[in-house]
Amino acid sequence: MGQPHYTGDHIRKDFPILDTRIHDKPLIYLDNAATTQKPQCVIDAVTRYYTTQNANIHRGIHTLSEAATAKYEAVRQRVGAFIGADANYTVVFVRGATEAINLAAHGFARAWIKANDEILITGMEHHANIVPWQLLCEATDATLRVVPLNETGELNMDEFDRLLNERTKLVALTHASNVLGTVNPVQDICAKARAQGAVSLIDGAQSAPHTPINVAAMDADFFVFSGHKMYGPTGIGVLCGRTEWLERMPPYQGGGGAIHSVTFEKTTFAEPPRKFEAGTPHIAGVLGLGAAIDYVSGIGIDAIAAHERELLLYATDALADIEGVTLIGAARKKVGILSFTMDGIHPHDIAQLLDSHGIAIRAGHHCAQPLMQFYGIHATARASFALYNTQEEIESLANALRAVREVFA
Amino acid sequence: MSDSRSLYEKMILDHYKNPRNYGKIQAADKIVEAVNPLCGDTFTLYIMFNDDRINALQFTGSGCAISKASASLMTELLTGKSRHEANKIADAFQEMLRTEPDAPIAEEELGMLAAFAGVREFPIRIKCATLAWRALIRCFDDEKEGGDVAATD
Repeated sequence: MGQPHYTGDHIRKDFPILDTRIHDKPLIYLDNAATTQKPQCVIDAVTRYYTTQNANIHRGIHTLSEAATAKYEAVRQRVGAFIGADANYTVVFVRGATEAINLAAHGFARAWIKANDEILITGMEHHANIVPWQLLCEATDATLRVVPLNETGELNMDEFDRLLNERTKLVALTHASNVLGTVNPVQDICAKARAQGAVSLIDGAQSAPHTPINVAAMDADFFVFSGHKMYGPTGIGVLCGRTEWLERMPPYQGGGGAIHSVTFEKTTFAEPPRKFEAGTPHIAGVLGLGAAIDYVSGIGIDAIAAHERELLLYATDALADIEGVTLIGAARKKVGILSFTMDGIHPHDIAQLLDSHGIAIRAGHHCAQPLMQFYGIHATARASFALYNTQEEIESLANALRAVREVFA
Repeated sequence: MSDSRSLYEKMILDHYKNPRNYGKIQAADKIVEAVNPLCGDTFTLYIMFNDDRINALQFTGSGCAISKASASLMTELLTGKSRHEANKIADAFQEMLRTEPDAPIAEEELGMLAAFAGVREFPIRIKCATLAWRALIRCFDDEKEGGDVAATD
């Protein structure tokens, strides 16, 4: 059985939680699209900050504060380098991809969008990339348009071309679907949006941890992702935006850190990114994210992508072999996400029974109800892979699914 | 937390695979929606009354094994019962589900509902087990207040 070329036990040993037993069976963690596990180096970075480095940033003229500020800002540089952001971009730290999209939508509503403008999203978006735009449309009387999918779970690009027009002010879409795994042709889409004078926002929550990202080559105006889905802490995420746009956008929140000067008559705001980082940020989270990026870079995102592609192919074959299993989403280009249903067995029952085998998957609508409606289902079961998963674990999943069938036979 | 297989009693699987009283009642006195927005489980209850008694109780819709089996069993147990009796059974069922997983249960009072005792080990599934029941009881309560009978949670 082909062990992943780069990995082996030492990768799994980096993740202490993988030694956990669930119902006296080894944990098989296949819910990585929800959140990934954390390597010891990330846990250590967070602990080290609180143990020996804790101080507020950008404020104190004392050693600890200066050191914390330098470390925090160094992560900003490393994040930019990791996603290929060149000098035209600025990295803003936020709580996660959801907050990043809300920040962008808030800024655009005030700075750019008028009545009868159009926002273009797709039929495979997570609620986080639907609801903020609906709120924006309500506030501005703009119109939300949706690019439909094909049955395979790929965007209908003819429809995209038809829907993109001179009223389109913004195109927001996911780089990789959290349900189908579909990788969208974002470079092509960003180029078309730009040619039409529209701004682009790419939701990289499911792509940044699993595939090489180059924001400058993609030519996206905004790229967002969450730290906790790429082996980092919860509560930290990134909005990477073109600086020219961030300069035009009003602040998302007012407060300390985001300002240049304050009088009771008028406040002038700091330049981005600080304009968007009011209040004391999640410093420990940023340092943990830095450790996660170093960890991923150390293994190599290309190697991770190759490993996960192997797992996906292996799992696709293994599950397709099981009677009664229907795979949802058959895009040509996918990240390691496999959604499926089983005849006569509700996804919640599948997930519940897999749990008794120590296997963690997700079941539900995955915060993508419009996508469920497209497929005429309420929910799917979803297995999603990360760099530490193995083919043996996928075999265990397949065997457990056969046992689930037995229970309901 | 114990093995999930304790959740899937034979009786529960039987009611899931062969739901009783499944189908619409065209001349229903009340039609009640039971929706769990968290998981998308949706049932519609059709009720016919004969004065205070539930003369007929049927349901349609889809959900997990726990929610569907519970709805099915509910239609069996409550047909022919008065509103007061139905309330009492529903209360006993919900009360049992609120107890600790290893607490003794009043098997005699609960009858076939005792099969759902395993749900107590999995707090997230209690809402599945009680979905149809809560919608029915809310319908009784709303009748008293003359309000809307649509119920979600």
